[in-house]
Amino acid sequence: MRPPSGVVPPGGPLKLAVPRGALYEGTLDLLDEVGVDTAAARGGSRALTFSAGELVLVTMRPSDVPTYVEAGAADVGITGKDVLVEQGDRVLYELLDLGYGACRMVLAGRQGDDRLSEAQRRLGAMRIATKYPRIAARYFEDTGREAEVIEVKGSVELAPLVGLADGIVDLVDSGRTLAENELEVREEILPCTARLVANRVAHKLRAVEIDDLAARLRAATRP
Amino acid sequence: MTHPTPPGTRDILPDEMRELRALQSSLIAVFEGYGYGEVRTPTIEYDEVLSRGDERGAPAAYRFFDEGGDLLAMRSDMTVPIARLVAGRFAGEEPPFRFAYAGTAYRAIRPQRGQLREFMQAGLELIGPPGPGGTAEIVEVLSAALDAAGLGRAVIGLGDAALYNQVLDEFGIAGDERRRVVDRLAAHDLVGLEAEVAMLDLGVGERETLNRLPGLRGGAEVLQAARDLGGDAVERATARLAATFEALAERGVESRIRLDLGLLRDLGYYTGAIVEVYDPAVGHVLGGGGRYDELMGRFGRPLPAAGFALNLERLHIAQAEEERVAATEGEGK
Repeated sequence: MRPPSGVVPPGGPLKLAVPRGALYEGTLDLLDEVGVDTAAARGGSRALTFSAGELVLVTMRPSDVPTYVEAGAADVGITGKDVLVEQGDRVLYELLDLGYGACRMVLAGRQGDDRLSEAQRRLGAMRIATKYPRIAARYFEDTGREAEVIEVKGSVELAPLVGLADGIVDLVDSGRTLAENELEVREEILPCTARLVANRVAHKLRAVEIDDLAARLRAATRP
Repeated sequence: MTHPTPPGTRDILPDEMRELRALQSSLIAVFEGYGYGEVRTPTIEYDEVLSRGDERGAPAAYRFFDEGGDLLAMRSDMTVPIARLVAGRFAGEEPPFRFAYAGTAYRAIRPQRGQLREFMQAGLELIGPPGPGGTAEIVEVLSAALDAAGLGRAVIGLGDAALYNQVLDEFGIAGDERRRVVDRLAAHDLVGLEAEVAMLDLGVGERETLNRLPGLRGGAEVLQAARDLGGDAVERATARLAATFEALAERGVESRIRLDLGLLRDLGYYTGAIVEVYDPAVGHVLGGGGRYDELMGRFGRPLPAAGFALNLERLHIAQAEEERVAATEGEGK
C-alpha cells in the first residue's frame, strides 16, 4: 500500500554534540543555565551519550563535532571556531557565537630569536609546525609568504625547540604554555570562541526546536 | 592483488543494483504517468554547450580533447543537455515539453569525504509553462515520486532563488561588500553574516531583514513573518512564494512543503522558485531543483522552465533508513 503523503514530525529528542576537553565544562555550565540538566554528563562517567530531558548529549573530541553534525548523526553541536575554520569545507549551519572558550589562533616563534624572519629572508620559506594545516597554509597564502606547513598531532610547542620548525601556528588561551616553552606570539591570526552549529537537514526539519534552543543560548550568552 | 577504481567512483554489485533499478523504475513510472517521456542524452557533450548553461563558470569538472581537437566535457547535470535537446530537436514544435531522465552525472569531489564523482540522477524538466502553475506541477510530481519511493515522511523545502539578489539590489549593496554577504549566506554562516551586516551602511530595519531572512522557514506563517520585515524585494518574493504555495494547495500537496526564505541552491541558472528534498531519517539533501526561466534563451529558444533531480543513491540510502525506522517502531508496539 502507498504510504500517506504529508509531513510527519521527526521524533525523539534533539541530539547535541558536546565537545570534550577545554570547552566541556563551559558547555555544560551554559546548558545548565538554559535549563538542560547535565548532572549525568559530569563526574567521571565513561559513557559517551547522556540523556538530558529535551536533549541527548553526545560527547566527543571537538574536531569530530563537524563530522557528526554534517552527517546528521547529531542534529546540533558545539565546537570552537578554530575547528570550523580548519574544516571549512563541511556543510553546516553556523548559528550562534556562544562567547565562551575565547582564545586566539597565533603565529609564535622562539623568544629573542629571529629564526622566523631569517628563514623567510635567506631560505625563502618558513617551516611551520601546526595542528591546523589548512588555517596555517591559508594564512601565509593570504599574507603573501611562503611557508612549509608541517602537520603534527601532539604538543606543537616541541617542534621549534628541537629544530623541526622555525615557528608554530596554534591556539593560545593564556599564553602560559608558550611562555613555559620559551615561545612568544608574533602575529595574531584569528580570535576563536565556541559556536553553535546545526545539520543542514535538521535545521529545516526541526526548525522550531533548534530555534528555541538557539534563542535560549543567545539570551544566556548575551547578558 | 586489487586494481582500484578512481576515488569517487564505484562498482555496483547485484543486490544493490537490483534495488537501485527497482527504485529508478518506480520513479520513471511516476514521471511517465504525469506525461513526462523518458529521454537519454550523451554523458559527454561539447564543453561549449555545457558552459553555456552556467555562466558563473561551467560546473563541468572533467574536460578532455577528442581526436579532432574539440573540447569535450562530462555532463554535471541533465538540465543543460535537455535544454540543448529541446532547443535543437524540437525547434519547430510548440511547448509545453515534458521530459524525464535517469542517468549518471559527474562532479568534482573533495577527497576523503565519501563523495561521488560519478552519481546517478533521476528527474524531469517541464519547459513552456511559467510559474506558479508550472512550478506547482513539478512539485506535485516530485511529491508523488517520493511516495512511490516509500518516503512518506520526506519534506520539500520551497524557496526563491532571486530573493537575496533583489534584496541586496534594493539596499544598494554592491561590489566587495555584496560578495562578502553572499559568501556568508552560501556558507550558511549566520554568525559571519551578522558581522558583515553590522559593517554595512544600513538602517536598523534593513539589517534586521538581512539577519532574519535566512532563519525564516516553516509553514505559511513564515510569509507573514517575512512581510513584517518590510521592503519591496521581500514583498515581491513572498508574493511569488505565496502564489506557488496556493497553486500547490490546489493540487493538495501543500502539507509536505516547508517554505524556506533561507534556501539557496548552488547552480547559477535558477531564477525563481527553488526546491530541496529532505527526509528525517537521513542528514543529507536528497535532491532539488527549481525554475530556470533564462536558460532556454541561452540556447536560442526563450521559454520559461522548471525541473528537479533526485540523487538516486542518496534516495536509496533514505529508503533503507526509513525501512529500519519502520521496523524499530514496529517492534516497539
